[in-house]
Amino acid sequence: MDPIDLPFAKRTLDNGLDVLVHEDHHVPIVAVNVWYHVGSKNEVFGRTGFAHLFEHLMFEGSEHHNSGYFPPLQQAGALLNGSTNTDRTNYWEVVPTSAVDLALWMESDRMGYLLPALTKQRFETQRDVVLNERRQNYENRPYGLGMMVMSAALYPSDHPYHWMTIGAADDIRAMQLEDVQSFFRTYYHPSNASLAIGGDIEAERAFDLAEQYFGELSPGPRPARVTAAASLTRESRLVLEDRVEMPRVYMAWHSPAMFSEGDADMDLAADLLANGKTSRLYRTLVYERRLALDVSAYQSSRELGSFFLLAATAAPDQSLTDIAALIDTEIQALADKGPSSSEMERAAAQAEAHFMYRLQTVGGFGGKSDQLNAYNVFTGNPGFFPTDVARYRDATAETVRAAVAQYLAFDRRVLLSIVPRGQAALALPGSEPVAAS
Amino acid sequence: MKADRSHLPQVGPDPSFTFPTIVRHTLSNGLDVRTLEHHSVPLVTFVMQIEGGSGADVAGYEGLAAITADMVDEGTGALSAIDVSEALARIGAEYDVDVGSDATVFTLSTLARFAERGSSVLADLLTRPSLREEDFDRVRQLRLDRLRQIKDLPPAVAERAFLRLLYGTHPYGHLSIGNDASLRGMGLGDVTTFHARTCRPSHSALVVAGAMSHERLVRLAEDAFGHWTNGDARSDPAPVAAADIEPAPTQPCMAVVAREGAAQSELRIGHLSARRDTPDYAALVVMNAILGGQFVSRVNLKLREEKGYTYGARTGFDWRRGLAPFSLQASVHTAATADAVRDSVNELEAIRGSRPPSDTEMSLAKASLTRGYPRNFETAHQVARSVAQLVLYGLPDSYFENFVPRVNAVTATDVTAAARKYIDPARLTTLIVGDYAAIGESLNALGLGEVEVLGPS
Repeated sequence: MDPIDLPFAKRTLDNGLDVLVHEDHHVPIVAVNVWYHVGSKNEVFGRTGFAHLFEHLMFEGSEHHNSGYFPPLQQAGALLNGSTNTDRTNYWEVVPTSAVDLALWMESDRMGYLLPALTKQRFETQRDVVLNERRQNYENRPYGLGMMVMSAALYPSDHPYHWMTIGAADDIRAMQLEDVQSFFRTYYHPSNASLAIGGDIEAERAFDLAEQYFGELSPGPRPARVTAAASLTRESRLVLEDRVEMPRVYMAWHSPAMFSEGDADMDLAADLLANGKTSRLYRTLVYERRLALDVSAYQSSRELGSFFLLAATAAPDQSLTDIAALIDTEIQALADKGPSSSEMERAAAQAEAHFMYRLQTVGGFGGKSDQLNAYNVFTGNPGFFPTDVARYRDATAETVRAAVAQYLAFDRRVLLSIVPRGQAALALPGSEPVAAS
Repeated sequence: MKADRSHLPQVGPDPSFTFPTIVRHTLSNGLDVRTLEHHSVPLVTFVMQIEGGSGADVAGYEGLAAITADMVDEGTGALSAIDVSEALARIGAEYDVDVGSDATVFTLSTLARFAERGSSVLADLLTRPSLREEDFDRVRQLRLDRLRQIKDLPPAVAERAFLRLLYGTHPYGHLSIGNDASLRGMGLGDVTTFHARTCRPSHSALVVAGAMSHERLVRLAEDAFGHWTNGDARSDPAPVAAADIEPAPTQPCMAVVAREGAAQSELRIGHLSARRDTPDYAALVVMNAILGGQFVSRVNLKLREEKGYTYGARTGFDWRRGLAPFSLQASVHTAATADAVRDSVNELEAIRGSRPPSDTEMSLAKASLTRGYPRNFETAHQVARSVAQLVLYGLPDSYFENFVPRVNAVTATDVTAAARKYIDPARLTTLIVGDYAAIGESLNALGLGEVEVLGPS
C-alpha cells in the first residue's frame, strides 16, 4: 500500500486563530474553510436549535458588507455553504484563485463584525426559514422523527446530545435576538475557530492573507469545554407511530468517542454487519431470508461520546421480532468469533480506498480543507491524517471482536420500532409508546 | 497590512482553464472510447453509457430499463450477487448505476493499481450478466416494496404525478422505477431481451479517466471490452428513441395529490419547454440562474428570504435529448401554499418582459455560471461523467472550453426573448402534494383554474 498523507503548514495568529494551509495546484481554485468549535452540544435543554439558527444568520450580512453574504461571492464564481452538528459549525467557500481575497474578507468580516448587521427582521425571517427546514427534513419525511426519539432515549435531558441539532420547534419559536447576540460573543471569535486554506495558492501568500484579514480581530474568551457522560443500564423498547408504509427497527448503543480507542473498530464493525451486499446482515436479512428491505449501520463518532446505530426496514408481512432476533444472532456471532481474515482483508482494501477518495477535492464538506480543520479542532493535530489511516490499518479481527463484545451489549441499548399509524402491535413486544413532533 | 473594510476587495481576472485533452478511439466492435489523463490522485474511473434509459421502456413495461440495470450486478459467470459485491469491495471500488431518460450510465471507480481488475469486473457484469430467475424475483420484490415506500416521500409522489401530467403516455412520462402493474407484469425474459437489445457496443460509449497514460487507459478498455459483440440483436430494427417522439400536447391544469395533515406542500409548476440541443441553451441557462437557479435567484429570494414560506425554492430544466420540462420546485409551509403559488407564477410571468433582468442580475448570473466553472472538473469522476454528457447530447469536445465565452455573450435581450419563447404562463401545470382540506379553498380562489384532486397512484 502506498503511504498516503494530507500535507499542510500551520501557524497560529496572535489572536489565537489557527491557520492551516494545503497546496494543490491541479485546478485554479482555492478552498476557504472555517470551523467554530460550537454546536448544539453548547445549548441547554429547553433552549435548543440555537447553534443551527445562528449558522443561518451568518449569511445575512456583517458590518462592512451589510447585505446578503451570497451575492458578492457568487458573482465571483464561488460555491459556498455551511453546516451545524452537535460538536461544531463549519463554513466554506470554493473560489477561483482570483477571488481568494474576497472570500477571506467576507469570512473575517462576519467573524469579527457580525452583530452591527444583525437586525430583528433578519433574525425573524431566518427563524421562519429554520422552522420550514424542520418541517421539510423531519416532520414531513418518513421516519424523519426517529433520530429525535433515539437521541432523547440515549441521553438524559441534561446531556447535550439529548436533542437533535435542528432543535425543538417551540424552542426555535421562543428565541430572542438578545440570545443570539450573547451566543456570538461567547463562541464566534478567533480563539474558538480554525481557518483552513487549500488549493492553488502558495502557503506564504495564504498566511499573509490570513494575517491581513483575520489578524485584527479580537481573540475573545476561550469557551469552557463541555463535558457530559451518559450510560444505559438496561434495554429500553419504544414504539413511535408515524406516516410510514413499512415498520422499521432501530437499535442504538453508546460507543467510544471520536478518535478514541475502539472508535475505528466500531466503524469497521458497522461495515461488516450491515453495509453493502457482502455484509453479514444484508446477506441474511435481505438476500437469503428476505425478512428486510434494507439494513444499515454506522458508528456516529462524536466528541463527548458516540453511538452505534443499526436500522432495518421490514419486508411486507415480516415481523420486526424476527428481524431483531436475527440481528442479535449476528451480533453475538461477531462478538464470539470475530471477523474472518477474509472480511478483514476486504475492510482494509475499502479503508485504503476510502482515504484515497477523500484526497480528491480541496473544498466543500469532507474536502481536504474540511478534514484539516476537523483534525485540528477535535485532536489539536491537523497532521492527524496518517494516524487516522493507521487506526484502520492496525485494527485486527481481535480488536473488532473485542469492541463488539464490549459495546453491543443486549442489556444496555435502545430499541425503537417505527410503525404505521394505528398499528402499534407491529412493534417489538413490550415497547412503550412515545410521541415526537 | 490591515484589511481595508471600506469596500470589498477587487476580484482579479479569471484564471485560465483548460479541460483535459480528450482522446477518441473506436474499438473494432464499434465501441466509442474516450480517454482522459487525470493525475492528481492515483485513481481511475470508468463510465459506460448505454443508450436507452427509462425512455426506452415501452408502454406496459415501465421500469424495465431500471430493473435490467439493477440485474447487471446480480451475478456473472460463477459469481453470485454477493460474490460480485465482494470482488468490488476487495479493490475498494465504488460502483454506481444511474438510469436516466435517454441512457443508463454505469460508473466504477477504483485505485489505479486495481484498474485491470476493475475494468474486467465491469465488463463481465455488463456483457455477461447471469440474469437468473431467483435474483430477478428478489430484485423485483425489492422494487415493488420501494414503490410502496415512496408513497410516503412527497418529492417522489410529486415527481411521478408531474411527469404524467406533462408527458401523458409519452415514454418520458414515468419514473424510472415504473409502476406496480408494470413490474408485476414483467418476467425475466423481458429483462434478457431488453439487455440484449440495448447493451451493445454500437450503442454505447466508454469514458476512462485516471492517473495513467492514454495508451494505458485505452488498453484497459480494449482488454476488457474488445471482445464484446453486438450479438444477434444487430439485425433488429432499432426502436424509435424517446427523444424522437413528439409529446402530444396536454391540458394545463392545477392538481393536488392529497396528503392529509401534511406539514408542508410539495410544489411543482411548469411545462414542457426545450431540448438540450437548442441553440438558445446559453440564454436559457442564464435566464434560469436569474430566475431560480442559484441561492440569490428571484424565486428563492422571494419565497425563502423575503416571505419565509420555504427552506428553499428553485427552478430548472430537467434536460433530455428530447423535449424537456422546465419547472419551479419548492416545499412550502402548508398555510402559505396558495400565496407561494401566486408569487411563483408572478415571477415566471415577470421575467418575460415586465421585469427584465437588471445589469446586476445579468452580471451575477453569468459570473456564477462561468467564474467557478473549473471546480466542476476537479476529480477523475467529474471529468469522466462530463465527457459522457458530451456523447449523450452530441456536443463537441471543445464544449467545456467554449462554455464560458458562450455564456458571456448572452445579453439581457436574449434572456427576455428566451423567457418569452420557453416559458408560457398560460400553459403552466401546477401540481401540489399537500393537505387538500387545508389548501383546497385558497387554491381555488387563486383564479388559476379549478383544482383537480388526483388519486394516490
